[in-house]
Amino acid sequence: MNRATQPYIGFEEYSEHVPQSIPLAVQQATSRFVSGRAARVAELPQWEELRQIGSDIRQHTMENMDVYLTRLEAALQSAGGHVHWAEKAEDARRIVLQIAKEHNVKTAVKSKSMATEEIELNHALEAAGIQAIETDLGEYIIQLAGTGPSHIIVPAVHLKKEEIAALFSEKLDIHAPADPIELARIAREVLREKFLHAEMGISGGNFLIAETGTLVMVTNEGNGRMCTTMPDLHVAVVGIDKVVPDWESLTVFLKLLARSATGQKLSTYTQFITGPRRAEGEFGPEEFHLVLLDNGRSKILKDPVGRDVLKCIRCGACANVCPVYKNVGGFAYGSFISGPIGAILSPQMLGTQTARELPYASTLCGACADVCPVKIPIPTILRHLRRRVAQGDEFSALTVPVPIRVAAMFASIALAWNWIYRLGARLLPVINPFFRRNGWLSGMPYPLSRWTKVRPLPPFTARFRRWWNVRSAKWKDST
Amino acid sequence: MSKAQLFITCLGDQFYTATLRNMTLLLERLGVELTFPAEQTCCGQPLFNNGFEEKTRPVAMNFMRAFSTSDAPIIAPSGSCVSMVKHHYPSLFNAGTPEHVLAVEIASRTFEFTEYLVNVLKITDVGAVYPHKVTYHASCHYLREMGLKTEAKTLLNAVKDLELVSLNEEETCCGFGGAFTVTYPEVSRSMMENKVNNIISSGADTVITCEPGCLMNVAGGLYKAGSKIRAMHIIDLLSSKEEPA
Repeated sequence: MNRATQPYIGFEEYSEHVPQSIPLAVQQATSRFVSGRAARVAELPQWEELRQIGSDIRQHTMENMDVYLTRLEAALQSAGGHVHWAEKAEDARRIVLQIAKEHNVKTAVKSKSMATEEIELNHALEAAGIQAIETDLGEYIIQLAGTGPSHIIVPAVHLKKEEIAALFSEKLDIHAPADPIELARIAREVLREKFLHAEMGISGGNFLIAETGTLVMVTNEGNGRMCTTMPDLHVAVVGIDKVVPDWESLTVFLKLLARSATGQKLSTYTQFITGPRRAEGEFGPEEFHLVLLDNGRSKILKDPVGRDVLKCIRCGACANVCPVYKNVGGFAYGSFISGPIGAILSPQMLGTQTARELPYASTLCGACADVCPVKIPIPTILRHLRRRVAQGDEFSALTVPVPIRVAAMFASIALAWNWIYRLGARLLPVINPFFRRNGWLSGMPYPLSRWTKVRPLPPFTARFRRWWNVRSAKWKDST
Repeated sequence: MSKAQLFITCLGDQFYTATLRNMTLLLERLGVELTFPAEQTCCGQPLFNNGFEEKTRPVAMNFMRAFSTSDAPIIAPSGSCVSMVKHHYPSLFNAGTPEHVLAVEIASRTFEFTEYLVNVLKITDVGAVYPHKVTYHASCHYLREMGLKTEAKTLLNAVKDLELVSLNEEETCCGFGGAFTVTYPEVSRSMMENKVNNIISSGADTVITCEPGCLMNVAGGLYKAGSKIRAMHIIDLLSSKEEPA
C-alpha cells in the first residue's frame, strides 16, 4: 500500500451504505470481548499501575528507538538470524520476494500478521507466482472472501457463521454447515495439507526483544507455531515499533495484551523465537529472516503528539468499545487497520489528503482512551490530526474542503463579535413557523437538513436573555 | 452568600430557555447571588473540536472578557462546555502570555452545574419531588473529561418519590458529538437509535442527562420513535415539585 496508489478513504460515503448484517455481527463479537476484558481487569488491582508502566516503557523505547533496534539487530545476527531493513512497503515486499526466489518457494503458509496486511504482501506473492495461504481461521476466511481484515484481532468479525458457511461451500466446492466447530474442522483439514508442503512460513510478530533478538508471537490457534516450525524457512515482517528493551518489559505487555484483547489472562500460545535452529533435533527452521518495516513510522516519530500511536500493542480494545466502529464495522476505515487506532494511524501513515475524514470519524467520547492498555490519548491525537486537516501544520498543508473553511471563518466572526451572535439568536426563532410540526422542527434546509433527516430539532426559543432583563428591571424598580 | 456567574452555553441559549430559568431560580433559592454577563456567546468548542484552533482563539477571548468583570465562579448546565473552558482554554495560548494567565484563572473557577451543587455548595437534596421511574444517561464529556461519575446520581437519589432504574450501556455515547451529527448523520443515527432502544427497555418514563447536546439528540430520537418517555435536563427535574397523582 503506497501513498501514490492508496485511494481516497470515503468514510462518509461508506457510512451511508453499511450492510445491515455488519453492525449486528460486530456488536455480538465485541460485546463478548468487552465483558471478558472487564472481568480480567477487575481481577488485577494493579491494572492502572500496569497501564502506566506499559505506557512509560513504550515512551522510553520510542525515545531510544535507534539504540534498541541496533541492539536487536546485533543480538539476532549473533543468534544466526538475518535482519533486513525496509524503509517502505515496496521495499519489504521486494525483500520477501527475493528470499522466496532464492529458495525456490512455490507455496508459503502465513500466520496472522497486521504488518503483511499493511504492505499487502499476498498480492505481491501471487503476482510472483507464489501461492500464499493464510492459516489463521479468520484470515483464511477473509482470504477466501477476497477482502482485508475488519478488526485487528478478529479479521472476519463482520461475517456471521451462515455467511462463512456459504463462502466455504462456494470456494471449496463442498457442503459446509453453519456450525463454527464444523467450519473450523474443514479449514483445519485443508490447511494441514498446506503446512506439510509449504517451503516458506511467513509471520508477523507481537514484540521484538532487543536484549536477545527474540521474536514474540501471541496466538490462539496453533497455526502460528505450525508456520514457524514446519517449513525450513521462516520470514517475519515486523514494524519497528514492536521492539521492547528486554524480557522484563515484555512481561508487562504480555499481562496487558491478552486481557485487553480477548479477555484471556494469557493467550493459548506465546512463542519465543530467537533465530533459526542451531542443532539437530531442535525445533524451528533452518533459516530465519526478520524484515524490519518502517513504512512511515520514523516520520511519525518526529511528531511529539501524533507519535503516541506507535505505542499501540494491537489489542483492538479501542475498537471493541467504540460506538462508531460498532455501527460501521472495520471496512469504513478504508485501510488494514480500523477503529479508533486506525483513525489516528492511517492519516499519519497515508497522509491527511487520503485519510482526512478519519480523524472526524469519532464523537470524541473518550471510551477508547479509557481502555487502551498503553494509555494512548486517542481523543487528543484525533483533535491534533483535525488541526492538521483544518489548518495544516509542519507535517502537512491543510486539506479541509473550502466550504467548511469558509463556514468556520463565519462562525468564528459571529461568535467572537457578540452583537452578531445576539442579533442572530433573536432572529432565528422567525424560521420556527415554517418547519414546526407537533412542537418540533423538521424537514429543514441544508445544513440543518443533515440533523433533521435523523431526528427533529427543538424550536429556537432564545428567550432567556429577555426574561433575565425584564426580571432585573422589575427588581431594580422595586428596590 | 455565594456569588456566581451564569454561563448559559449556546445550545442552552437557543433551545432551553425554561431550563435556564429553572437553573436561575434554583440557584437563587439555594442562596446564590447570580449575575449574567450578556456578552457571552459560545465557548468555541465546535471550532476547537473540528481543528480550527486559530479561529477558536477570538471566541475564547470574547468569553474570557465577558466573565472577567467579576471573579465569581462560572456555572454552566453542560459538562462539555465547562470542559472546553477548563481543560482546553489554557492550551490555546502560549504559556507566559497575559491571555494564558487569564485562561488558567478562568478555568480554575468554571464549574458544571451538578459539580457546583454537590462539590462546592455541598448540597445534595434540593427539595425536589418527582414521583416517576427515572433512568440516567451519562454524557461523555461530563463523565470522562470532567470525571463526574457520582454527582448526578447523588442528586437524583435525594429527590423525593423518585425511582432510579439502570440503563443498559449507560456510559455509551448517544451519537451527538457536536458537528459529528451533521458530518456523519447515518452513524449518528445508529448510535442514537441504540441509545433510544436502551432507554425504552429500561422501563423508565423519564430519562435524565446533564448535557443540552445529548438532550436534543435523545429527545428528538424518542419523539421520532413514537415514545412517550420524557427526556429532561437534570436541572428541570431538580426544579420539579410534582406531587404523586
